[in-house]
Amino acid sequence: MSKINYKSIEEIELIRESSLLVSKTLGEIAKVIGPGVKTIELNKLAETFIRDNGGVPAFLNYHGFPYSLCISLNDQVVHGFPGQRMLVDGDLVSVDCGVVLNKYVGDSAYTFAIGEVSDTVKTLMRVTMECLDLGVAKAVAGMRIGDIGYAVQEHAEKHGFGVVKELVGHGVGLQLHEKPEVPNYGKRGSGIKLEEGMVIAIEPMINAGKARVKFWDDGWTVSTVDAKPSAHYEHTVAIKKGKPEILSTFSYVDNVLKEKVKS
Amino acid sequence: MAKQASIEQDGTIKEALSNAMFRVELENGHEIIAHISGKMRMHYIKILPGDRVKLEMSPYDLTKGRITYRYK
Repeated sequence: MSKINYKSIEEIELIRESSLLVSKTLGEIAKVIGPGVKTIELNKLAETFIRDNGGVPAFLNYHGFPYSLCISLNDQVVHGFPGQRMLVDGDLVSVDCGVVLNKYVGDSAYTFAIGEVSDTVKTLMRVTMECLDLGVAKAVAGMRIGDIGYAVQEHAEKHGFGVVKELVGHGVGLQLHEKPEVPNYGKRGSGIKLEEGMVIAIEPMINAGKARVKFWDDGWTVSTVDAKPSAHYEHTVAIKKGKPEILSTFSYVDNVLKEKVKS
Repeated sequence: MAKQASIEQDGTIKEALSNAMFRVELENGHEIIAHISGKMRMHYIKILPGDRVKLEMSPYDLTKGRITYRYK
């Protein structure tokens, strides 16, 4: 893990396959997520779907993580445990999923609103998604890691939101977490240069209130110190010249959510 | 899944060990074993006991570190 692993075209295609399965899994979650659903049911659904499609959940037993999904509610930022908690109207639920397929890892996350949420939360979700898009736009060969972080931080802070600094995005490949670290803050032109062959997960974690977070005694869950909500979206991106190559997709989730709005 | 960011800390070199490894006392009082970074090696930067240095540490193993800068 001390050097950056550069991936060949074939390897990037395999990571694309894994990321696609993650994206489809999030789509399956989108179909059933709603008030009355227990978070552990979402975990079971994801685990079953991943295995039925020939994959292995990447998070299960990763450094001892006991589940296949991270489900982080409201003021939880990331790495929340699925459990007996039933989702209710007004919840902000961020679901993070990873898959190993043909030895390569895919990683993506989406934040869902259950029923009606406050305007602040709606704005938080929209801005965090925009932060991801702005960060991804900088993920091309020739740019630097700091450019991604700067884009995310500038947009979030312009809306008065806090950027989580203790947790970062990361390289993706044969391992879930590889070099380089991809912080959601930074200075333009700083950090290592992005080069073709690198594959990274960009995951803005944005808080409605202050940026400070605390780590729970379970050794995993992270939540905001001021107990205000936090949103999280993540894409796996391959670096190449010209336009960013996003390997994961929210199209499955979007299609499901559009159908739900109609009905 | 988000990764925990590496932590930057300052410390003082207590003892030079073999293979460019050093025993370092961190500002918080902990003693760790750290190695000199490749970039410092490349530029032939020498480190001696008593030097104040900046270290990079992984939150996943707080017993080891990488020395990334020597203060003047």
